[in-house]
Amino acid sequence: MRSCRWPVTQENMATVMMPVQRGESAARPGSYADLTPDWTHAEVSTGTTIMAVEFDGGVVIGADSRTTTGAYIANRVTDKLTPIHDRIYCCRSGSAADTQAIADAVAYQLGFHSIELDEPPLVHTAASLFKEMCYKYREDLTAGIIVAGWDSRKGGQVYSVPMGGMMVHQPFSIGGSGSSYIYGFVDSSYKKGMTKEECLTFTANAVALAMERDGSSGGVIRLAAITEGGVERKVILGNELPRFNIG
Amino acid sequence: MDITGDASEVRTGTTIIAVEFEGGVVMGSDSRVSAGESVVNRVFNKLSPLHERIYCALSGSAADAQAIVDMAQYQLEMHSMEVGAPPQVIAAANVVRNISYKHKEELSAHLMVAGWDRRKGGQVYGTLDGMLTRHQVCIGGSGSSYIYGYVDSAYKSRMSKEECLQFVTNALTLAMGRDGSSGGVVHLVTITKDGVEPKLILSNDLPQFYDNE
Repeated sequence: MRSCRWPVTQENMATVMMPVQRGESAARPGSYADLTPDWTHAEVSTGTTIMAVEFDGGVVIGADSRTTTGAYIANRVTDKLTPIHDRIYCCRSGSAADTQAIADAVAYQLGFHSIELDEPPLVHTAASLFKEMCYKYREDLTAGIIVAGWDSRKGGQVYSVPMGGMMVHQPFSIGGSGSSYIYGFVDSSYKKGMTKEECLTFTANAVALAMERDGSSGGVIRLAAITEGGVERKVILGNELPRFNIG
Repeated sequence: MDITGDASEVRTGTTIIAVEFEGGVVMGSDSRVSAGESVVNRVFNKLSPLHERIYCALSGSAADAQAIVDMAQYQLEMHSMEVGAPPQVIAAANVVRNISYKHKEELSAHLMVAGWDRRKGGQVYGTLDGMLTRHQVCIGGSGSSYIYGYVDSAYKSRMSKEECLQFVTNALTLAMGRDGSSGGVVHLVTITKDGVEPKLILSNDLPQFYDNE
């Protein structure tokens, strides 16, 4: 019998004594990974659905609130909408650790830059800082980020910095594992020239649909509207989520 | 035509969809067959008849899918003769499901079965992984991931035949716009008690959606 490093109880006795019954252990002898719950060794990931939409005068950003460690939901009320500056936010997806570290570094750099310029920073600058870091360390990072905000030069802007470290300006952007399921929905529903309220509804509906289908997305919907006047945050709780016909 | 590079398996990358409505079903598919990065057939019809008023939609490995269809067509024809009546859709779905389940390890194709019979009218069955599940709307293939949100939001129960045709066309167009393994033209088939009505929609007649401008 192999030596055990965890308490052998009645429940797991069978698996310890007869590891070959479990398909995965038989394939990789000597690995204990399959005999312990996956959250004891899985990376913390913001599985996620994130989204940002431009409108005339600002941007609307939205995200779900689930952080997973394997199959365990480590945080069901996560805030994935992270302020980088007064009128610039980023939506984080991928590894929770990587994205938090990058956001902290960029917020610092942007704050410094803004003080030097004695002006609020441009959204494009924030996005470029993200891009520089994500591209330079692209082999080591798992981070998909959407940068969105308002500045006085170009108004509301959305920049997508997906894994790999490219940067592209888009009228709206979706990201995270849940986004695959809503490409069809956003392609069919998006219209140019939406108002702030229409953008909020569009974002809430899209994130809700993704949360319904993606196991790594769920919880509540966090929304924020960023304009010249400031940042307005909203939360849509589980029982208030938009509901759809199917199922 | 010379094929250079590695010979990857021929797959119907695909987007397939089937919807029930009052009086029948509407099925749709794209038309792209890929071998690695190459498109080996851009006008392939992935909707295959299993019997007079029962069709199936193919996805996954093209060879496996066609093999399953051949076996199912034969078994259904035998069954139909023994029973002395057109087979029920659920019977066809079970035939396909049993083949898929029995050879689960060797096969990598998913067939969706839909049609009309006297007993229950229009029915759609999914046979993914050897399960048998009935749906009002069933989507499948690599392109289906991108349209879950659209289908969830746009489907309404008790749609008319025309609304179903529009819904299926929209869903396929959206999926083809995002999935590299789906594309070409849209093949549609409507099955009711009056028979089977095929339709072909060419690329330039497809609806237009947001396209990154």
